[in-house]
Amino acid sequence: MNRQGRQTRPHQDATGQAGKSTFTGHQGLDHEEDLIFELGRDGQCGVDLPALEDTPDRLGGLLRDSEIGLPGLSEPEVVRHYVRISRNNYAIDAGIYPLGSCTMKHNPRLNEKMARLPGLADIHPLQPTSTVQGALELIDTLAHWLKVITGMPAVAMSPAAGAHGELCGLMTIRAALEARGEKRSRVLVPESAHGTNPATANFCGYKIQSIPANASGRVDLAALKAAIDDDVAAIMLTNPNTCGLFEDEVIEVAEAVHGVGGYFYCDGANLNALVGKVRVGDLGVDAMHINLHKTFSTPHGGGGPGAGPVVLSDALKAYAPVPWVVSGDDGFDLQEDATGDAEASIGRMKSFHGQMGMFVRALTYMMSFGCDGLPRIAEDAVLSANYVLARLKDHMSPSFEGYCMHEALFDEHFLDGTGVTTLDFAKAMIDEGFHPMTIYFPLVVHGAMLIEPTESESKASLDEFIEAMIDLTKSAKEGDTTRFTEAPLLAFRKRLDETRAARSPVLRWRPEVETAEAAE
Amino acid sequence: MRYLPLGDADRSAMMAQIGISSVDDLFEGVPRSARLTKPLDLPPGQGELSVERAIGRLAGKNRPMGSCPSFIGGGAYRHHVPASVDHLIQRSEFLTAYTPYQPEISQGTLQVLFEFQTQVALITGMDVANASMYDGATACSEAVLMATRVTRRKHVVLSSNLHPHYRDCVLTTSQFLDLEIDVVEPLPEIDKQTACVVVQNPDVFGRLRDLTALSEACHEVGALLVVAVPEVVSLGAVKSPGEMGADIVVCEGQGIGNGLNYGGPYLGLFATRDKYVRQMPGRLCGESVDADGKRGYVLTLSAREQHIRREKATSNICTNSGLCALAFSIHLSLLGEDGLKGLAMLNHQTAIKLADKLAAVPGVEVLEKTFFNEFTVKLSGNATEIVEALLARDVMGGVPAVRLFPERPDLANHLIVAATETNTDEDIDAFAEALGEVLS
Amino acid sequence: MSDHQYSEDHEWINIDGDVGTIGISNFAQEQLGDVVFVDLPQVGAEVSKGDEIAVVESVKAASEIYAPVSGEVVAVNDVLNDAPETVNADAENTGWFFKIKLADEGELDGLMDAEAYAAFAKG
Repeated sequence: MNRQGRQTRPHQDATGQAGKSTFTGHQGLDHEEDLIFELGRDGQCGVDLPALEDTPDRLGGLLRDSEIGLPGLSEPEVVRHYVRISRNNYAIDAGIYPLGSCTMKHNPRLNEKMARLPGLADIHPLQPTSTVQGALELIDTLAHWLKVITGMPAVAMSPAAGAHGELCGLMTIRAALEARGEKRSRVLVPESAHGTNPATANFCGYKIQSIPANASGRVDLAALKAAIDDDVAAIMLTNPNTCGLFEDEVIEVAEAVHGVGGYFYCDGANLNALVGKVRVGDLGVDAMHINLHKTFSTPHGGGGPGAGPVVLSDALKAYAPVPWVVSGDDGFDLQEDATGDAEASIGRMKSFHGQMGMFVRALTYMMSFGCDGLPRIAEDAVLSANYVLARLKDHMSPSFEGYCMHEALFDEHFLDGTGVTTLDFAKAMIDEGFHPMTIYFPLVVHGAMLIEPTESESKASLDEFIEAMIDLTKSAKEGDTTRFTEAPLLAFRKRLDETRAARSPVLRWRPEVETAEAAE
Repeated sequence: MRYLPLGDADRSAMMAQIGISSVDDLFEGVPRSARLTKPLDLPPGQGELSVERAIGRLAGKNRPMGSCPSFIGGGAYRHHVPASVDHLIQRSEFLTAYTPYQPEISQGTLQVLFEFQTQVALITGMDVANASMYDGATACSEAVLMATRVTRRKHVVLSSNLHPHYRDCVLTTSQFLDLEIDVVEPLPEIDKQTACVVVQNPDVFGRLRDLTALSEACHEVGALLVVAVPEVVSLGAVKSPGEMGADIVVCEGQGIGNGLNYGGPYLGLFATRDKYVRQMPGRLCGESVDADGKRGYVLTLSAREQHIRREKATSNICTNSGLCALAFSIHLSLLGEDGLKGLAMLNHQTAIKLADKLAAVPGVEVLEKTFFNEFTVKLSGNATEIVEALLARDVMGGVPAVRLFPERPDLANHLIVAATETNTDEDIDAFAEALGEVLS
Repeated sequence: MSDHQYSEDHEWINIDGDVGTIGISNFAQEQLGDVVFVDLPQVGAEVSKGDEIAVVESVKAASEIYAPVSGEVVAVNDVLNDAPETVNADAENTGWFFKIKLADEGELDGLMDAEAYAAFAKG
């Protein structure tokens, strides 16, 4: 029974604290903005196209003559629409975004400028490779940087995101085992693992066996060894783990799984703690995905796109998905299908060659830091997280003793008896001007609060955040529950009714349906 | 270093608070053998100017499509993106926001997703769409898996006229699952073991087909019809898959709002019928109200997703293609009904001009009478060599079919060409002239 | 409610002749939060004890429901399709999920009575 998570009963109370109501519904610079479908009018258009000719079509009778239903708007209306709604979003550019496991660091605009150079943005993936030697060289250069940073011999560049990279890594593991004539059925996953890990293992046809954590929050080595046998294909380990702790017995874990002929998949989501300081290849890793949108600053864009290249050991590199960027005397080329040297490849995982736009951004970032700067990222990230931990540990309840890596895990025990939940606490942070930390993840502690400040915060910003957290904690303990249970009161919206959204899903606008009625 | 705000004094104060004398004390738990004691074998850090030069040098070694007449399609299409789009997507609040898990402070992203989902449902002619996937090809493999879940069947039929990247993604993703996949044309008899039939319209060679009869045949045996549309602009001129009875529609959305970017990041669109919504992969944005009764939006039906359902999730997808979806949505808002239809027809008319001009060149046979903006020609010589020769004459002439189908030597002389609104009459003339020279 | 028997998976079964009515316990619905959807089995399905037979979804969680006994599904509670909140309001009565015609009454032996379950849920 999955009983962890947050309360969802919708909020009934609404105090008058939201501010006075106005005729327009706007409040100063905060504008209520309708949907484009409600704003549009027939016959309007925000683009000027050349006139069409009278040519009869050659669509074989399949001309779309019915109405699609798209709204028409002029350019100024479109621009205003998106500017207005953008202002209802928090962003890392606007404030600290302490989301554990997400690595919300500064997204440099130089990355954006480079990605838009016509020589990189206006090239088609199916152009003859002689016309895109610079693009192939860029991919090859980034691949080189990733291999050197991790100390691994090979890298698969095409996976589109972390979860996609996990699938890639696990598939190469399964392919390697099958090439040896072995059929194994299980993958070991710590109970603190991110949900993508078991989901991915399932899509590779593996059963998941969960391994518990020990009292210090690391994977229980004894339990792991007891579970290991020659039916185990792999262990999927995140390091540092999702509790923000370095798995100090990682080498023993690697040895245990290698000892039965299995493989070590490392979830690289937390690479920000290790870059330039620790060589992942020396930990016995066989495959690890790297989230370019976490560690290497490509912007989150409201949910994506990302990129998830996977570094691979010698044992797995032959199975890497195509295409491969290969270099020879004549320059660079693409091995696009699973033939010749790539005969053992698991195949293609997405269209074309990979998330090139994210490669440009990540390489730009890495070159800006260089060999001297990269370790400073991990140092400042880990230092900042420990600073936050040190200053908050006597007010809140850290889940584990000792230092953390790049993120600090707390649980809800410090709120016992206050009537305030982790969810309430998080919502009250919004009123203070902060995006909340990650909540209710990992599932191994109750009411988890996972804080990852990253290296992009000044000390002043950290101090402001810390002092607000201390103030909130004091307030909760002093019994000021309404500050929490009704929060947020000052944001663009108050708490939304997620139950209603799931029970009666309205997933698109429809012309004949009126907008949602007010809550009873 | 310009991206690191902490100064030495800050670090000292922070270390004092923690009670350590060196940052390395925090890395105690790391096995010594894995600690890096000397700098990585990589160049040192550089200022903006230096980095610009280095990346600029790499960019300078590539030939942009806009630098000469170019007619390359094959699953990615060069369309004009209005200037407003790129400015709007670079607003901090859109560019640097995270997934909208705290809806009260993410109404910007959430309203965009709600509008995007609606737009995708409208253009595909379906009931409901998700908040995007990585690209059309991965969306296609997710559609196949969804069809097998919905029908609880194992047999999948893929048309051999499906873009090979889409076909290969399906085959790769399903290789360790208990499914039987056939890649065939013409389509076989389907029966109650068939989970789905996957076709592309227009297909990889540019051909258009009425799918109504096929959808009826599928429904008669309880199978689903999955339709892939790699050129999303075609939906402005061609009857939608929804109107023809599709159950799941997947598209490559790159053609609207997003540049070529050498193949990524792209934008997977995924749409289906209401009755299948709980089996749909990917994020979903839904409408609700807040505590004051004001309309707002939230991510919903999350119980399908990996962070809740873990090994029983409908997909392992976490990150989507959010910013590309925003770009798509803004561009489509600018186009509107008239603009999308006008743009699509402009593409079609440009392709007609191209087809007629090329058909008049000796040694060129235009293979189809119906197409949208892409069609296949059969040349009197090897298409790959001819494309190289055209390049020497400053024309990027299209995709040799064998690049997509290396296992089909019978297609060695076939060339797939695409025309969009970015191709002028001069471009078309230059192509025809160059081709005439090369073939003579 | 008093003659319900409970499993360690927080399900209850109430026997009437050879048909058992099954649902989740009040404790379970509290843990889950607001139920938004229940995925019920087909009438006529044959199940074995321990098979995953239904899924109950809340906003924050999804839990599998396992058949506490073997047999044939003879009825499902269609009310839950339109009003899943019934599970929260009245889990142990009108919020029932499905009815099974028992194949083997002996399977009831491992279940707890109300008092034993209350103690188990607290622990």
